[in-house]
Amino acid sequence: MSPFVFGYFTILIGLSSLAAYFGRRDAFGVLFTVTLLSMIFGLLWGQTAFIGVTVIFIVIIAAMGLGYCFREYMVMLLPDNAARFMKSAPLTASFGMLMIILTAILAIFADVIAPYGEREIVGDVWQPATDQFLLGTDNLGRDMLSRLIYGAQTTIAVALAASVLSFAIGMFLSFTAAVVGGWVDQVFSRIEDMLLAIPTLIFALVVLAALPQNIFILVAVMAIIDQTRVFRLGRAVAIDIVVQDYVEAARLRGEGWLWVIFREVLPNVLTPLIAEFGLRFSFAILFLSTLSFLGLGIQPPEADWGGMVKDNKDGIIFLVPAALYPGAAIALLAVCVNMVVDWLLNRTASLKGGRG
Amino acid sequence: MATRTFGMNPAIALVLQRIGIGFLLILAISALLFIGVELLPGDFARNFLGQSATPEAVANIRAELGLERPVVVRYFEWLGGVLQGDFGESWANRQSVNEQLFKRLSNTLFLAAVAAVFAVPISVGLGMIAVFFRNRLPDQMINVVSLAAISMPEFFIGYLFIFFFALLLGFGSGPPIIPRDPLWSLSNVELVALPAATLVVVVLAHMMRMTRAAILNIMESAYIETAELKGVPMMKVIRKHAAPNAIAPIINVVALNLAYLVVGVVVVEVIFAYPGMGQYFVDAVTVRDMPVVQACGVVFAAVYIILNMLADVGAILANPRLMHPR
Amino acid sequence: MASLLEVRDLRIGATVYPPGDDPFDIEIVKGVDFDLEKGKVIGLIGESGAGKSTIGLAALAYGRGGVRITGGRVLLKGKDLLRFTKAGIRDVRGRHVCYVAQSAAAAFNPSMRLADQVVEATVLHGIMSRSKAMERARYLFNVLGLPDADNFGDRFPHQVSGGQLQRAMTAMALCPRPDLIIFDEPTTALDVTTQLDVLAAIKTAIEETDTAAIYITHDLAVVAQISDDIMVLRHGETVEYGPVKQIIEAPREEYTKALLSIRSDIKKEAPNQNEALLKLENVDAAYGRVPVLFDVNMHVPSGQTLAVVGESGSGKSTTARVITGLLPPSKGQVLFDGEPLPPALPQRSKEQLRQIQMIYQMADVAMNPRQTVEEIIGRPLGFYFGLKGEERRHRVVELLDQIEMGEPFIDRYPAELSGGQKQRVCVARALAAEPRLVICDEPTSALDPLVAEGVLKLLMDLQKETGVTYIFITHDIATVRAIADSIAVMYQGKVVRFGPKSQVLSPPFDDYTDLLLKSVPEMELGWLERALEERRMVSAGH
Repeated sequence: MSPFVFGYFTILIGLSSLAAYFGRRDAFGVLFTVTLLSMIFGLLWGQTAFIGVTVIFIVIIAAMGLGYCFREYMVMLLPDNAARFMKSAPLTASFGMLMIILTAILAIFADVIAPYGEREIVGDVWQPATDQFLLGTDNLGRDMLSRLIYGAQTTIAVALAASVLSFAIGMFLSFTAAVVGGWVDQVFSRIEDMLLAIPTLIFALVVLAALPQNIFILVAVMAIIDQTRVFRLGRAVAIDIVVQDYVEAARLRGEGWLWVIFREVLPNVLTPLIAEFGLRFSFAILFLSTLSFLGLGIQPPEADWGGMVKDNKDGIIFLVPAALYPGAAIALLAVCVNMVVDWLLNRTASLKGGRG
Repeated sequence: MATRTFGMNPAIALVLQRIGIGFLLILAISALLFIGVELLPGDFARNFLGQSATPEAVANIRAELGLERPVVVRYFEWLGGVLQGDFGESWANRQSVNEQLFKRLSNTLFLAAVAAVFAVPISVGLGMIAVFFRNRLPDQMINVVSLAAISMPEFFIGYLFIFFFALLLGFGSGPPIIPRDPLWSLSNVELVALPAATLVVVVLAHMMRMTRAAILNIMESAYIETAELKGVPMMKVIRKHAAPNAIAPIINVVALNLAYLVVGVVVVEVIFAYPGMGQYFVDAVTVRDMPVVQACGVVFAAVYIILNMLADVGAILANPRLMHPR
Repeated sequence: MASLLEVRDLRIGATVYPPGDDPFDIEIVKGVDFDLEKGKVIGLIGESGAGKSTIGLAALAYGRGGVRITGGRVLLKGKDLLRFTKAGIRDVRGRHVCYVAQSAAAAFNPSMRLADQVVEATVLHGIMSRSKAMERARYLFNVLGLPDADNFGDRFPHQVSGGQLQRAMTAMALCPRPDLIIFDEPTTALDVTTQLDVLAAIKTAIEETDTAAIYITHDLAVVAQISDDIMVLRHGETVEYGPVKQIIEAPREEYTKALLSIRSDIKKEAPNQNEALLKLENVDAAYGRVPVLFDVNMHVPSGQTLAVVGESGSGKSTTARVITGLLPPSKGQVLFDGEPLPPALPQRSKEQLRQIQMIYQMADVAMNPRQTVEEIIGRPLGFYFGLKGEERRHRVVELLDQIEMGEPFIDRYPAELSGGQKQRVCVARALAAEPRLVICDEPTSALDPLVAEGVLKLLMDLQKETGVTYIFITHDIATVRAIADSIAVMYQGKVVRFGPKSQVLSPPFDDYTDLLLKSVPEMELGWLERALEERRMVSAGH
């Protein structure tokens, strides 16, 4: 038995015992389950399985630590009200916020931060990671790290544009439908129902096959397909609010619809809408990446994460992990956005319950 | 209208109505995909030819493919063909679309079925575990992990599996994966282990979260408390009071996610170079082979709509208010 | 011999988790003692938050939603329930102690037949065989006056009415012949005429089966009909505890006296000489194609109060929607000050809108939770009179003084106000428009009795000061007696009786008004028996 395996089991069993001793039943259950599973998988696959578990464990601990520090840091820096808000964030959400901010900085200052140019060929094909190329080179010998950083710029910009547009269209249509009602609502809702019944990816591929390839068309198609989801939520939320007595009171007072929407309805739906926007954004990142991966999104040589996976996928068979980096970047960003959204959604739910 | 069908159980009437709507929807979508797409700016012939589109070549190909005739006429010709099971011929190789389509559809259904067989019990089980440990550590962990799984693009999961399992651990096969005859055999199940596992991960998280929400909703209702206050043991409460009411939402969740799975197949087939309908579809999209694109689009949409329809029908049949009217 | 149930120094607590702050513990019940003999009924009474339901559930060793018992003893036949094992507690529940919930509609499993649910506990605990239990269920359905008792149990919960479900739940509790039943506000969600039937059924069933009961309610008049002892609770503490006769006839504590004196000061009816301010002439109305109002006629003189009374579904709130223009009538017209009002809201002028204001039942949802009190009351001032800044704030303070709240509340949000304060702010918002007519749609029915009393008094004082006219929509006859000058009784979309209060409330009655008046519980012993006796005589006479 190697010292690594010995240490691995010592730590796991030690932690399990501590958890049991201090009466943390759930923590004990989880830790000891991992211990037992490790024994089984150890017999199956040997030491490799333990390395995987250890790496995942260390990554999680580091992420949680980072999330904790960031939260305390923000609580320290922010004014009173905002600090209270920040304090209610779970570690996952504060870690998510930190990573979103970091990615945004990378994307905005890509020209300054990236060590090499976006399309600059600087080395051999699929060179392994060295001090010179921190993540190696890609299928044409371009620096992987630089392309990742530029890719962040493109991916985020296009996804953001698509989700803003989708949100604008969806909100406008849904609020109009809910507030005006009658046949306008009927017509809008039936059309949206039909669009909703077509699977998004299939729809996008058919439409993009018929249209010339161009980034504005891409954004427009993504937005039009996605706005159906915004429409559905927007209409539900708006109808929920429009029947509230305080909206009726405003109508009886003789207020115009603009006042009703902006002063009575919107302030009350802001949090769920922000959460929905986050959800749409993370979906747009995934959707764009998938389209690019299938060759119908952003066209080369422009760097974008989905396209980089497509470019480098053939390397996988030669054990070149180049395609995994952009994939991991997409996953990380989407996870982070979703974790923040999850917190916001839980928060609105608990506020509603708390005001009985 | 459901209310006017005298003497008929309203649930049956609703089901018939729902099925009717489903077929109308498929028809409407076929029209949208055929006519709507042609109304978009852009020219099929020019797109199809790509770089080599000289005006003469474009005119030639238009004449050859019959594109100069009005789109509505062509739609009804096409629809007539489809109703007789004929999807026309491909522009790229002038072969009948049918032959390829049905062979590849069965490959795709095989892959999706293998994935579903594993995904459904695992996700429903995990959903129940999450409900059991509601708001405690295991629930929170399942929540975070499922959140992460939802956020991962299919191709990342797929290549991760290929990299670690197929290449590093030598477990399962990497691309290309070509099923042998006969299709529905155990050896093929083993062959598609990795693509199926990718699909499982893709739908697992969604299905689990929806199951959790559905069951939680039931466990928090007043009649569960009533049963508890009658001294009914927990397992019996779940079996007699929660389960019958949970069937409808769970059927709904499963059908919705199977629909999602059929769409997720497109990307997974491309990753694993699996000869299914998704691969066929994406290849056709890349070369702008519109008859194939439209045929695959309509078939995918139809499968998706039928599964959604089944979700609704399941929910109707499990609703006591509709099955036992006043 | 020891009592059936002895509760000693019972303490119940919960942990609150405010988002962003550290969790803290609160105590809901702070040391309560009582005894219950076999076959007796104790009434627990108090306003919301008094801890009465929590105490009731403690007799089942159950805490709802994170609530837990932190101290004291609950002795059932001398044994402390709180020391039982899980299996022991399960054996007590449904065998010795049973529970009847407030909302039977939610408490029945929608996918099981009623009889299966009624006999479940009995069969489960092995008290009777299934066929014996079914027989007993049919017997109980009969005792409880359920229609077609033999086949009643074959139905699903959604196939029977709310009042019937409430009785079915009582049958479910009685079926295993328990020693004790907890009734948790079993009639609160029911209409007043149905309440009488259910109440009578419960009383008969308790007497026939000789079981003991804890009856929880906020209505002293109801509990007086059914209990042997009464415990008045407030903020988790006992205010007064004694035999029902002593509590009703010779209360010792101020709080009990206040509860008893509710709505006893009856307003003198104003002479009917003023011009009619509002008049409904032959109004029909419909939601889509479903007609809801039929030939409604009523009017209210300026400066007086018209009470519109009826049960749920009688069309009283629809009448309000017609007056405000939210639902244009399909026939007939509404006259305001002698002039016809445009039927639909958008056609009305700002001045017409200003003169009719509205106060809602649920003050919580009638105010935008994101606006401060100043914004809420100030908006009509700015909108109708163009008041701004300092001037507007000054007027808001004046209005706050009028509703007896004052300046300290001006910057608060609705969530930071109590229920009564919220309703007062809504009153101030209506007054800010200086209306001539205020429509009050059940403004006090969601409030605790004493708080409701305060709001009613405020409304009456404001009428004296400003001469405003009220249309008061309510289902509560006691409120009507206290405040109305004239009354319109509505039933199934029609006005069945209309006139000055003295005339409407004195015989000869039409059938419905008679039933309605006789169904209102009165704060005196033996009222239930007399009401039932009268009913029996009437039905015998028919």
